[in-house]
Amino acid sequence: MSTHETLEYTKKDFSSDQEVKWCPGCGDYAILLAIQNALTQIGRKREDIVFVSGIGCSSRFPYYMNTYGYHTIHGRAPAIASGMKTANPNLSMWVITGDGDALSIGGNHLIHAIRRNMDMNIILFNNEIYGLTKGQYSPTTKQGKITKSTPYGSLDRPFSPLKLALGANATFIARSLDSDLKHMEAIMLEAEQHKGTSFIELYQNCVIFNDGCHAEYTDKKSRSDHSIMLKHGEPMLFGGEHQKGIVLDHLELKVVDIGEEYSEADCLVHDRYNPMLASLLVTMDEHPEMPKLYGVLYSIEDITYNEQVCQQIAAVKAKKGAGDLNKLLFGGDTWQVS
Amino acid sequence: MSIIELESVVVRFSGDSGDGMQLTGSQFSNTSAMMGNDIATFPDYPAEIRAPQGTIAGVSGYQIHFGSEEIFTPGDQSDMLVAFNPAALKVNLKELKKGGTLVVNSDAFTPKNIAKALFEENPLTDGSLDGFQLVEIPIDSQTLEALKDIELDTKSKKRCKNFYALGVTYFFYHRDMTPTLEWIEKHFADNPNLLAANKAAMKAGAHFAETLQTVVSTYKVSSAKVEQGVYRQINGNTATAWGFIAASQAAKLPLFLGSYPITPASDILHELSKYKEFDVKTFQAEDEIAGVCSAIGAGIAGSLAITTSSGPGIALKGEAIGLAISYETPLVIVNVQRGGPSTGLPTKTEQSDLNQALYGRNGDAPLVIVAASRPHDCFDMAYEASRLALEHMTPVMLLTDGYIANGTEPWKIPDITKEFHTIKHKMIDAEDVDVENWHWIARDEQTHVRDWAIPGTPELEHRIGGLEKDFVTGNVSYDPKNHQKMSNIRQAKIEKVSENIPLQEIEGEKSGDLLVISWGGTYGAVEVAVKALQKKGEKISLMQLRYINPMPKNVGSLIKGFDKVIVPELNMGQMVHLINAKFGINAISYNKVEGLPFKISELKEAFRAALKGELS
Repeated sequence: MSTHETLEYTKKDFSSDQEVKWCPGCGDYAILLAIQNALTQIGRKREDIVFVSGIGCSSRFPYYMNTYGYHTIHGRAPAIASGMKTANPNLSMWVITGDGDALSIGGNHLIHAIRRNMDMNIILFNNEIYGLTKGQYSPTTKQGKITKSTPYGSLDRPFSPLKLALGANATFIARSLDSDLKHMEAIMLEAEQHKGTSFIELYQNCVIFNDGCHAEYTDKKSRSDHSIMLKHGEPMLFGGEHQKGIVLDHLELKVVDIGEEYSEADCLVHDRYNPMLASLLVTMDEHPEMPKLYGVLYSIEDITYNEQVCQQIAAVKAKKGAGDLNKLLFGGDTWQVS
Repeated sequence: MSIIELESVVVRFSGDSGDGMQLTGSQFSNTSAMMGNDIATFPDYPAEIRAPQGTIAGVSGYQIHFGSEEIFTPGDQSDMLVAFNPAALKVNLKELKKGGTLVVNSDAFTPKNIAKALFEENPLTDGSLDGFQLVEIPIDSQTLEALKDIELDTKSKKRCKNFYALGVTYFFYHRDMTPTLEWIEKHFADNPNLLAANKAAMKAGAHFAETLQTVVSTYKVSSAKVEQGVYRQINGNTATAWGFIAASQAAKLPLFLGSYPITPASDILHELSKYKEFDVKTFQAEDEIAGVCSAIGAGIAGSLAITTSSGPGIALKGEAIGLAISYETPLVIVNVQRGGPSTGLPTKTEQSDLNQALYGRNGDAPLVIVAASRPHDCFDMAYEASRLALEHMTPVMLLTDGYIANGTEPWKIPDITKEFHTIKHKMIDAEDVDVENWHWIARDEQTHVRDWAIPGTPELEHRIGGLEKDFVTGNVSYDPKNHQKMSNIRQAKIEKVSENIPLQEIEGEKSGDLLVISWGGTYGAVEVAVKALQKKGEKISLMQLRYINPMPKNVGSLIKGFDKVIVPELNMGQMVHLINAKFGINAISYNKVEGLPFKISELKEAFRAALKGELS
């Protein structure tokens, strides 16, 4: 990795000359800012940073970044980024996608990029709706939601993106929210430092087609009552005065009041390296009474696909020497005609 | 009996798909090639790996045409058919020449097998084979007898029967057993019992055939008079893979293949995945779309990027190919064509994806199309496809087909340095341009080709998207006039490729009564048919197209030298429409879609009819 300690970028160095064209009030603006801020701190040269996106509102993102950027086709960004990363492992790869792009049309590429542990950051902007096509329900839309394509309420059971990623053998899953710049920035830094696929779900608000879908757990006023900021080694507490906590009761997670029956010491302590805990945490989305989790839910070290490709080539070259085309062509059974 | 000298012979091995027919056939052809014959082969096998035993659906065949003259096709009808069971006989008998030699495994002609093959009577006894030289050999029991002293289970012993039969045929055609015995030594080195069994079976077959000498003739085919040089056997898929390696070296760029398994293209993936020492990266993607998308990504990042597939896979790749066209990024797409539509005939050959190559994308999305004519031409055309993709910053589609992909022929190994020049790709860095005023879409005025600035290059950061791009800046543009301008330049850029390809050649006189325009794997059969008619004094010539879009600049003027044009194709008439539309002529369409290559005889007949004015 070509980290440069002397690299001194400001946010401006990562802004392109293109006018940003998201709707006024869109959550994407904050995400753009957070990522630009994070990039000033990751220690990578600007020319080695690549943003790849699919189709949708979020996927316009690369146009606004003064890095290499590729706005591709619907759902395919992880596949295109996989080819780039395999071809040039030195690149810092960022995939920008939405809930429709990543989980519906691009579901296959998403799970396989994660499964291979391709070293890239996949940032999923989840607003539970199709914005660019003007308001159809998506794979994360809550059941019963009235949308343009579900006038009587949506019937589909939604995906939990983090549970899906964990099921695909993710080595890093995290969540953040568009209403907390600092948190987003910190998570982006963690993601970039992780070797392998870093999967981040961002709760993002679509002001036009699904305004306030995450409000309960993202608004500054209400979020402390409905979410937990996970920190490794700290108990899972929430509520303004940390009056609530999560305990483990017979393999089930339970919300409890801290006080007479339960104390802080009874609460689960977050361990981001524990796969069993991660598999419990990702089920919390399915229970509306449970708080939402922010932060790194799970991360482990494992070899990346792109590293293995390089190792295999190096091993074969060490054994056979560099390829010689004439040796290949004239090798095996040949005969001379004279 | 006598030894008969022949110019060329066609032998066909046929049996159950588990009987090892492909191995048997390739041993026979390798030996013949090493003995100096020119050869062409045609493997013909079912899509199912192991279709029900003894049934017609499960018949697998391998045909070899070898001779002392140049051989262009695997031959129409066979001189010898080796049938391992009644089903194989049923399927192939109609392609055996009258009076031809028919070797049958009489052990397999049980009432049950005869019924499975849909014969009403036992064909060995009902007189229906009277027109052939029938040689009945109880191959199963003879093989078991020959191996009785070898410690091996009966099932494994029975599986040696293909080498027994090979021994028989080697005797008939005076083939040298040494290369095959050496192959057995090498291949079964880990299993001494199998090694001994296969060698013993082969020798037993040859010894048995000796005892037949008194009743049947044997045949000699002398070496072919071919150009000096070092030769090897090669099939089209291997040649394609090696052509890409040659191109990657000529361009001094690493090779990346993104692919998904599909018949009959998978062998290119298998072959390229072996060559890590050549800096080849192969990526078996999760689906066809990811295959092409990963290649697009690798191309953007500075690799010679390839994706390989067959028609159904190409259909899935369509949107992404359009993206690569809109990005103007180098990419080679290989379509090893098979019978369609839909799943169609996966293991059978066809040329029916030309329209897909030309038009199979949304919007006006032109790309370069080239086609290989014979197995070893796949090497040349894979190199050419890569050269044009890199020199013109465009996707290039290379069309081959199941017939040339799996067919083998001897190949005079080329002098790489002399015949395959350096590929001058368009990669730049900041020092090559005026950074302040540079845009990624900046084009060469002559060729309309843009620069190739890859991620990792300082100071040239830029954004590209599938949305329409401004002609000058490359930024998103919805301007109506700009879209027209961009559509024009995308088209003009592809047309300019015609200045970077060789002029079209004609085999035969430059004017005459009939011009045959052929493309792709039909070349062998068409060439033989045309030459035969030329020998008879007919004014007929052949134009074999290897560059399809754009075509060489002189095609139109060459066509004008002929009264009539005929286009033989293994489809319902795709090239003929292109020719007629492009050159305003009324070429005759001659088609076949049976999943099989053209026969020389049927082509000769069609060309004769066209010459007489009986075809239109």
